[in-house]
Amino acid sequence: MTFKTALMGAAALVALAPAAFAERGSDGEVRIIYWQAPSILNPFLSGGTKDVESASMIIEPLARYNEKGELVPWLVEEVPTVDNGGVSADLTSITWNITPGLVWSDGTPFTSADVKFTYEYCTDPDGGCAQVTKFEGVESVDTPDDLTVTVNFSGPTPNPYGPFVGGESPIIQAAQFADCVGAQASTCTDENFNPIGTGPFVVDDFKPNDVIVMSANPNYRDPAKPAFAKVTFKGGGDATAAGRAVMETGEFDYAWNLQLAPDVISQMQEGGLGTPVAGFGPLVERLMLNNANPDPALGEMRSVKADPNGPSEHPFLGDPAVYKAMSMAIDRPLLVEVGYGQAGKVTCNWVPAPDAFNSTALTCDTQDIAGANAMLDAAGYMDTDGDGVRETPDGVPMSILYQTSTNAVRQDFQALIKEWWSQIGIETELRNLNASVFFGGDPGSPDTFQKFYADVQMYANTFNGTDPQAYLGNALCDKAPRPDTQWQGENISRTCIPGYDEMHAELQATAGIDARAEIGRALNDMAVENGMMIPLVHRGRLSAHANTLGGVVLNVWDSELWNVADWYRVDG
Amino acid sequence: MLTYTIRRLVLAVPTLLFISLVIFLLLELAPGDPMAQVPLTVPAEVKEQMREALGVGQPIWISFPKWLYQFFVVEQMVMIDYYFGTNLSEGQFRAISWQTRSPVMDIVVQRLPQTLWVVGVAYIVGFAIAIPVGIYSAYKQYSLFDNLGTFITMVGFSVPPFFSGVLVIVIFSVQLGWFPSIYDTTLVVDSWEAFGKQLRQMFLPVMVLALQITSQTSRFMRSSMLDNLNQDYVRTARAKGLRERAVVMVHVLRNSMIPVITVMALSVPQIFGGAIITEQVFKVNGIGQLLITAIQANDLPMVQTLTFIFAVLIVLFNLIADVLYGLLDPRIRYD
Repeated sequence: MTFKTALMGAAALVALAPAAFAERGSDGEVRIIYWQAPSILNPFLSGGTKDVESASMIIEPLARYNEKGELVPWLVEEVPTVDNGGVSADLTSITWNITPGLVWSDGTPFTSADVKFTYEYCTDPDGGCAQVTKFEGVESVDTPDDLTVTVNFSGPTPNPYGPFVGGESPIIQAAQFADCVGAQASTCTDENFNPIGTGPFVVDDFKPNDVIVMSANPNYRDPAKPAFAKVTFKGGGDATAAGRAVMETGEFDYAWNLQLAPDVISQMQEGGLGTPVAGFGPLVERLMLNNANPDPALGEMRSVKADPNGPSEHPFLGDPAVYKAMSMAIDRPLLVEVGYGQAGKVTCNWVPAPDAFNSTALTCDTQDIAGANAMLDAAGYMDTDGDGVRETPDGVPMSILYQTSTNAVRQDFQALIKEWWSQIGIETELRNLNASVFFGGDPGSPDTFQKFYADVQMYANTFNGTDPQAYLGNALCDKAPRPDTQWQGENISRTCIPGYDEMHAELQATAGIDARAEIGRALNDMAVENGMMIPLVHRGRLSAHANTLGGVVLNVWDSELWNVADWYRVDG
Repeated sequence: MLTYTIRRLVLAVPTLLFISLVIFLLLELAPGDPMAQVPLTVPAEVKEQMREALGVGQPIWISFPKWLYQFFVVEQMVMIDYYFGTNLSEGQFRAISWQTRSPVMDIVVQRLPQTLWVVGVAYIVGFAIAIPVGIYSAYKQYSLFDNLGTFITMVGFSVPPFFSGVLVIVIFSVQLGWFPSIYDTTLVVDSWEAFGKQLRQMFLPVMVLALQITSQTSRFMRSSMLDNLNQDYVRTARAKGLRERAVVMVHVLRNSMIPVITVMALSVPQIFGGAIITEQVFKVNGIGQLLITAIQANDLPMVQTLTFIFAVLIVLFNLIADVLYGLLDPRIRYD
């Protein structure tokens, strides 16, 4: 036994004191409920969180993120870095050393060929792989021997932890999926419903959109884990019912993502059988400000900037006095209390997490209606005709259309914000759209968030992993949705900030977490200060576990079920 | 009668083809994107590739005949293969669900048992209560029993299952802890203990559904009985000196059943169609839940297949109801 394994063993003993002498399968059954039911256990073909997380109990990546957002080795001996020689000095390749002796649940050895196959499977152009962006910039994957995998990038990649890292990039078995590559991917029902993995559990029975029954993997690498012999993973229903089943009736042990009103959660908690746990990733509920003019009279050019690289073309939303006043008029602590409770925090940032990237330059936690009014007065926005709505110096009334998806919390937010804005002389018309239309991206529909046929729209967005480089790229001038790109593009607010694109290019070329974080924070401040968005609430994930379930560590950086092998039963 | 039945069956073919085309066109026109549930972090180009891999957005003159072929030829071959161990369907592409990438019909078959159990039992329970209640209410019109029955059926009519379902869960699962609030579809009934479990988990959804079914059917039964009780033939029967029991239970009941049979026959497709809301509330995850999740996910092959199966059942049971009239009332003949 090496020193390291001894240490890890000791740590495990401390962490799992009540179950220290447990052996595999000694704790019976654990029952998990996801109110969105898993449809498929191959995350490469779905991308939905429910599918990625349920599959994460079966198939695993080479390394993953822990609850603090730090990389931890999973199927490898250590995380490669420039310092330990795993990442080449020119940042163009990364070499992973697979833990020797690792086997799949069917008993065959886990080799570098499986890793290489996973890359080929996902990057096949006919396969429609949902996680293909994980392999962006990868030129080739080499396998010098059975336990070594080298990923070669086409250029210097300061963050080489995309491929094979995290719950969305697990390794599938080459032998099982060999006939399922490309156009054949969809026909492999048996394989997609019962992938062979290295994880703590294997699938016994999968009923799509209903239930998964799993049992402990007899070939799992740690002979003492998992503590549970059986998993029942039920899906469907709604968040209320899932919370009730864990905290009030005790029928289930773990309920995922309880997006419920804070008073409902606290009421359920009084049931006394379970405990809610919250974790915060980078998810931010925000108001996006339209930098183009959404006037229907513009026809084809509605919500399209005439000059994509120019300043805001909105009649008034491009004026810092206006969007700052709108932001000052919002009582964010109240929004948090009303909408998210324990699962929300006030934020003024676009990137509020990980901690290193969270800028502290801006403050926004107190409402200041008087200050907002004064700011608008000073900038020349006056109510000249006495109807309670201000006009711009050009005589355009400050009346805006504010849209979002249909969702109880979002409609509460809309009503509150409308009221606050009316107090500063801005008239607001509210609109809500079905989420599958709003987020659907159908270029033929006028109601998508990409088309943004409104002045202000509210939704939440986040990024995967811990590095926001690609996410910060959403504010680049050329990413604005336009008719000639079929309205594709991530720069929803059509912002174009002088100097932003250059600084983002600098981020792409910088290695080292501290330097990257500094640039990241500067980019965040730039975007918020220049009227790209008004951040509202830093949203967490709230899940609940039964008081008799131990070992739960809520992780928002990876699958919530990342450490299911360590879960155990507490005598209660 | 036979010629009539055959004629109706032949006529059903163009009807069903037309229905399937209408369903297809409606779904084609409806907004929505099967990739809408994929997180925003997946870029648009990737979503486009995923759509292509699924064959989303094929022109209708390709996708509609393809679906027809899959439904009427390939699925039948698969069924024959299953029962006779042949391999006719080898190499044929079955209709694939966009959500699960597995054959649509496999999931439908997997979902049927729990729907038939829960919704079917609810109908049996509902009819078993409704018919005697309807008869007695009509026979003792405006009695205390009739008034109470009217009150309860009105409540059953007006309270939607998303309310009554949650209410019984809060009372019987949360407060009293007698019944589970979540249906276990993996339960295999192989012992008395498992059977007891099955009964307990079925109890709440069956009761919620049965309340609705009872309400509707007992009102029909009551009014139909009332119509007949005042007829001349009833007076004649009584004048002949028949026992009251024979008058009501034989003469009146048989005549009163005709409209009720229509209601019952037309509710059979609903048994297969599942109960969307009740299944969702109790997590029965049957056909109703399958349909609603497919609609939410814009899984067109699944929605198309399910709605078409419902259409077939409705057409079929309409015919069965018509044929049953003839059996109940010899005066009705279609020849």
